[in-house]
Amino acid sequence: MNLRRDVFQALADPTRRAILLLVASHSMTAGAIASNFDTARPTVSKHLQILTECELLEQHQNGREIYYYINAKKMKEVADFIEPFRTLWDDRFNKLETIMKNYNPEK
Amino acid sequence: MERKTKIKAEDGKQELVITRKFELPVSLLFKAYTEADLVAQWMGTKVLKLENKKHGSWQFETSDAQGNVVFQSHGVIHEFVPNRKITRTFEMENTPGSAIRFEVQLEFLEFEHLTDDTSMLTMHIVYRSVALRDQMLRLPFAQGINMAHNRLQDIVRPLN
Repeated sequence: MNLRRDVFQALADPTRRAILLLVASHSMTAGAIASNFDTARPTVSKHLQILTECELLEQHQNGREIYYYINAKKMKEVADFIEPFRTLWDDRFNKLETIMKNYNPEK
Repeated sequence: MERKTKIKAEDGKQELVITRKFELPVSLLFKAYTEADLVAQWMGTKVLKLENKKHGSWQFETSDAQGNVVFQSHGVIHEFVPNRKITRTFEMENTPGSAIRFEVQLEFLEFEHLTDDTSMLTMHIVYRSVALRDQMLRLPFAQGINMAHNRLQDIVRPLN
């Protein structure tokens, strides 16, 4: 259950989604992925680590290079996503709650 | 973090249920749905019309920062019981030429008193088909991916 939440947290970040789109068609090394971003290399590494930890990305070793590729099974698992839909409503309802807590009918 | 809003969307069903517990008396929760200026604030939309009565109708219009209308929705109210229930239809205006088509949906909103300071909202939404429900469920995800894709196009360096 926690893992599931981690997946959605991982996906909430636009750079990480961009990385997933990048490697969607073919596996790439960390260096090749990083060269697509203006972000510092260690930042990209951190993103790769998070994506790997929640199993959205997998690694395979080819000689001295580590290639990252998308975990299609995991992506499919989260493909019928309702989490962003839930978050949308949660945000709205949080706003409603805040507004109504401060609501003053006298004004 | 506690997940206050829950979505129940069973596979193969053309309905979904959204539930949320509020730290608000039920009267204030209900008010947030019936006063146009309050709806405008929490929904982030312009309320063109909101007739809180049986056979009444409503109309919302949302604009982006530049003032372009990005989203229009409307419907009619079938049942209106203060602090208890609103039954209404909801329909998004379709964008001409867009690949995504929306159809009208039926919404049952139930407002429940829990304690003097807490209340529960249950939104039961029924769609014409499973496909239309799933399309609506995926919409925020699709928008997220589109944003990521646009961002990717901005940041990916020219390869040739």
